[in-house]
Amino acid sequence: MAPGGGLDPSSSGLLRICTAGSVDDGKSTLIGRLLHDSQAIYEDQIRSVEAASKSRTAGPIDFSLFTDGLKAEREQGITIDVAYRYFATARRKFILADTPGHEQYTRNMATGASTAELAILLVDARHGVREQSRRHARIARLLGITHFVVAINKMDLVDFDRAVFDGIAAEFARILDGASAVTIPMSALMGDNVITRSQRTPWYEGVSLLEHLEAVDVDTDVTGKAFRFPVQMVLRPHHEFRGFAGQIQSGVIRAGDQVTVWPGGRSTAVSRIVSWEGDLPSAFAPMSVTLVLEDEIDISRGDMLVAGPVQVGQRFTADIVWMDERPLESTRVYLLKHTSRIVTAEVDRRLELNEIGPAAVRTSRPLIFDAYRENRATGSFVLIDPATNFTAGAGMIGAFEAEAAAAGHEGAAERLARLARRAGSDREAVDAVRVALEEILGK
Amino acid sequence: MASPRDPGTPPSPLRLDHLQRLEAESIHIMREVAAEFERPVMLYSIGKDSSVMLRLAQKAFHPAPLPFPLLHIDTSYKFREMIEFRDRMAASVGARLIVHTNREALADGTEPFAVGTQRCCGLLKTKALLDALREGGFDAAFGGARRDEERSRAKERVFSLRDAHGQWDPKRQRPELWNLLNSRLNPGESIRVFPLSNWTEIDIWQYIHAENIPVVPMYFARDREAIVRGDSIMIREQSFVPLLPGERPQIVKCRMRSLGCSPCTGAIRSDADTVPKIIEELVAVRQSERQLRVIDHDQDGSMEIKKREGYF
Repeated sequence: MAPGGGLDPSSSGLLRICTAGSVDDGKSTLIGRLLHDSQAIYEDQIRSVEAASKSRTAGPIDFSLFTDGLKAEREQGITIDVAYRYFATARRKFILADTPGHEQYTRNMATGASTAELAILLVDARHGVREQSRRHARIARLLGITHFVVAINKMDLVDFDRAVFDGIAAEFARILDGASAVTIPMSALMGDNVITRSQRTPWYEGVSLLEHLEAVDVDTDVTGKAFRFPVQMVLRPHHEFRGFAGQIQSGVIRAGDQVTVWPGGRSTAVSRIVSWEGDLPSAFAPMSVTLVLEDEIDISRGDMLVAGPVQVGQRFTADIVWMDERPLESTRVYLLKHTSRIVTAEVDRRLELNEIGPAAVRTSRPLIFDAYRENRATGSFVLIDPATNFTAGAGMIGAFEAEAAAAGHEGAAERLARLARRAGSDREAVDAVRVALEEILGK
Repeated sequence: MASPRDPGTPPSPLRLDHLQRLEAESIHIMREVAAEFERPVMLYSIGKDSSVMLRLAQKAFHPAPLPFPLLHIDTSYKFREMIEFRDRMAASVGARLIVHTNREALADGTEPFAVGTQRCCGLLKTKALLDALREGGFDAAFGGARRDEERSRAKERVFSLRDAHGQWDPKRQRPELWNLLNSRLNPGESIRVFPLSNWTEIDIWQYIHAENIPVVPMYFARDREAIVRGDSIMIREQSFVPLLPGERPQIVKCRMRSLGCSPCTGAIRSDADTVPKIIEELVAVRQSERQLRVIDHDQDGSMEIKKREGYF
């Protein structure tokens, strides 16, 4: 592990942010302003943007030209896809997932929010809270974000009217009830309350956006949770060494600690924590390490080393975000990737592109999981359409379905028969049976 | 609404700094690739990002050797010091190094002044790369690109899907959520993997410093024989690079910020002869690193077009 990164020792490390807003709320302008004013954009990029800005009208510099990376976006003046931005101050480094507010926004927002610790929700002061703002807040909360900044933008266009601000802030307080949120009156275009506090909002006693981002404690420390270590690969350079490589998803491990290997359920102790720098006495999330165990146990990729209780099962409920043109169908079989484990899965409902909904999921082999709200890493999965290999869905596990699990194990023949029976057409039946069969045969 | 928490709370001792977090994430990505693909390869381009990527790979699989070979696409126009460094590094790491050159194009006289930079890159880099990947049967290729480098790269996934011709379609990208990477390929498809996606140029240098990672000496300032033409400083190694009337080499204290082919990569005036001085200089400098790469500026949306054609 590399020691200190050369930042100010009082720095608060890394903060991952995502942004959401409706079309024309000024999100690209805000991000461009943050990057520009925190000096993440270099002079040659500014010059090329200044030239391009002349034909468009968004103030002296069109900040969105920094952020729209694709030619089609610059030509059409829209943002197509999630983009990642990097900027730093003396106190903190930031990774910002910039997600477009219109086309495909549910999918893009879920993607951006999945790794974020804080969400910036942008609203236009003239329009107030709209349906889309509520949806953005809902998606961000569903993805587990508990820290929000509500940026009430374009305050210059309502003459920095405090009543306008208070009205929108009160409505957001209801929407974000239970979360930690601050509301900031802003003009991204003019720079009010973005980097420094504005003279034009004397009634606002809070900090600027950047000041808040530098200081906020998002408390995403997962070292206090139970130890979870999905095995990514087995390292066997020679006969005397057999190590299990992976990234600690939560908790702490010390040499000598007892762990249980799931899904087998056997217990053993960690004899060594191996790293390139030498053996470590202990390691914690999110470190990537290699563990050597006391006992010879058959362990392969997809198994998990665990301390403390964990769910092991084939049926659970989950909130699913659907991201593919082709709808989620209960008659089809999907590939499900959860930690380092890939299984086949069926879902009991239909969802269209950009729909979100609760569902019951049944997998062909057991998963080792936690509820998403307890542990993001062991509570999340993606669904892959085996026909196209597209990442079609994202899921957040709610609860283990103990009742359903007690109903007993389903044989391979019963499963194939059920899949064939439930299919909408011959072609779907053949598809579903083929995928399930390939897995049974270990292909 | 709750107010933000008091930032004065001391951080937990069990907390990684940002470089350690980036390191752990990159190692996770590399292990996913090694576990899920049949024939991965690591593109080794000799620069600072490759140096960091190579060190991360050593860490990811320790105490086992690298489970994939290194591949260098050699245009034959790289700086001499780069090639010496490459051979030294591959030997010291104990990795298998594949060097691939488009000899046919070179025999036809391909060089940037004769055929233009776009065509030169297309033949000596993109075509050479695609040929090398096909010949090796590689289904996954690591590259050291970072999203902060260029605006089309900001949109690219960690697993960048390429069609049978190695081409990137920005509108057909798969969503990437959490750290769950989708390794499934359709026949003929392959992926480019970018384990350094979330690193910035300063992160790279801070990590090189913290880890004491060897880099090509051309990154450090010293007096060099160079041609000064307007704002650009060229280290002339190829005789086909034309000299203007009256131009002759002079001694300039300079260094390379980014390494590429000698005819198309300029140096910067600098006194930074150590890694800490380079970091200091970067904090102060207001020019992005790829500005000195002629090939990024030869047309609008230059990098995006190259990537669509199969470039990294």
